[in-house]
Amino acid sequence: MSDLRELYQEVILDHNRSPRNFGPLEGADLHADGHNPLCGDKLRVAVKVDAGIVSDIRFEGSGCAISKASASLMTEGIKGKTLDDVRTLFDRFHRLVTDRTAPPDDNLGKLRVFAGVRDYPARVKCAILAWHTLLAAVDDNQDPVSTE
Amino acid sequence: MTTTSVAHTDPTVTDRTFDIGRIRELFPILAQRVGDKPLAYLDNAATTQKPRPVLEALSRYYASENANIHRGVYALSQRATDAYEGARGKVARFLNAAEPAEIIFTRNATEGINLVAQTFGRQQVGDGDEVVISTMEHHSNIVPWQMLCEEKGARLRVVPITDSGELMLDELASLLGPRTKLLSIVHMSNSLGTINPVRRVVELAHAQGVPVLVDGSQAAYHMPVDVQALGCDFYVVTGHKLYGPTGIGALYGRRELLDAMPPYQGGGDMISSVTFERTTYNEVPHKFEAGTPHIAGAIGLGAAVDFIAGVGFDAITAHERPLLQYATAALETVPGLRLIGTASDKASILSFVLDGVHPHDIGTIVDTEGVAIRTGHHCTQPVMERFGVPATARASLAMYNTTTEIDQLVAALTKVREVFG
Repeated sequence: MSDLRELYQEVILDHNRSPRNFGPLEGADLHADGHNPLCGDKLRVAVKVDAGIVSDIRFEGSGCAISKASASLMTEGIKGKTLDDVRTLFDRFHRLVTDRTAPPDDNLGKLRVFAGVRDYPARVKCAILAWHTLLAAVDDNQDPVSTE
Repeated sequence: MTTTSVAHTDPTVTDRTFDIGRIRELFPILAQRVGDKPLAYLDNAATTQKPRPVLEALSRYYASENANIHRGVYALSQRATDAYEGARGKVARFLNAAEPAEIIFTRNATEGINLVAQTFGRQQVGDGDEVVISTMEHHSNIVPWQMLCEEKGARLRVVPITDSGELMLDELASLLGPRTKLLSIVHMSNSLGTINPVRRVVELAHAQGVPVLVDGSQAAYHMPVDVQALGCDFYVVTGHKLYGPTGIGALYGRRELLDAMPPYQGGGDMISSVTFERTTYNEVPHKFEAGTPHIAGAIGLGAAVDFIAGVGFDAITAHERPLLQYATAALETVPGLRLIGTASDKASILSFVLDGVHPHDIGTIVDTEGVAIRTGHHCTQPVMERFGVPATARASLAMYNTTTEIDQLVAALTKVREVFG
């Protein structure tokens, strides 16, 4: 078992305590709801898109430290990106938290703090929920996302 | 409290006292370590570990008794049949059913409930009728009735619970009426630990002519169950929570009701004769056991209830009750911890939340200290809603748990605080 601090990095704990871009987004163009029935995590991701670029993004809901911090750091990482960038980042992030053989991915920037999740398979769903929900919003999929 | 001296009749423990060390030795899985920490298994409400007599019964069956049952004319098949039917007898004695035929083997408690919903329920419940359950039911005692009510145009009524997690008996009584076709209620809550006054509940229901199903999944490994004394009409248990194998459970039903119920699934063994024009059904319990059953599982369950009876509920209660008190007091010393489920009559379940920390994070962190607890909604989402929490952390005890393991949990919770500040 790897060190707990590898999972609960200071950045993650900080974003759990004070999530960024947290709350409703007035005048959102796209939004989606995500749900992790296993642990009761629920969140909504709302996005404003301007000429194919994410001009604003916010999330609200409740969840564990990993899911809350993941949503918070995701909103920071996504602002200003194109919708195509969002899909690419999703794939990179997914690899980061699931593939134990993946080499370090510099393109992920701060999101690399979630690398520790790969050693806790039961927590992958927590880390990825916000991203699945974001993808559903971007794809304008109105069916609630479930990790089950 | 490492040793509690209580007389019992377990042939596997020769000094005739409840010696926790000897009990633990019977469960080989408990000796393992998680990383460099000893395993403290505190998720017994999800499933219990298996003692050697159960493991040996399974292995002996496959090594020396395996054959299909009820059909073969050869000696081996007869031995397998005897072992399977013998297990039915053991479960009947364990629950004090009037006769073995009142015990139907199922996959688990869930299947037992679904069986009643799909046979008795579909026969008895009609448009405008009502089925009554309670707020503290496991999803397995909610969804089968919702499905039935939806199909039949019937209504599901729910008995509320108090802030401490106790059933509101007055409300229960007022929900019962001429339209009520069944009351289905849990004996002991898996997320709160509450023990319901089932005997009183049955009296109230029977006074209105309402039959009662009791979900004994949690109760049956903590306290003696006497279905005749309780007076209930159906009682379901699951083997894997009785220190037995997964994939096997039992439904008790009063003979008179079982005889009148239509079959559950169609297939072999549940028939007397089959032609393309007409099939006549076998008698109970076989009418409800289509196809080759989980023979090994039933035999393992028989060994499990023998094991429990051998240790004895007097000894089990004398060990588990003070352990629950010790654990409750220990958890109450943890800053920011709140217990969910504080009924005056409860057993072996400690559901809690910790200020500022999601239960899922608690579960991951205590796991690194070797402590296995459950986190989430425990398949009781309406209970979570009732108490206004998304989830809880839950430690649940069995006969082999110790105060040392409780201390290990409390120390691990200190580590949670260290991480989260």
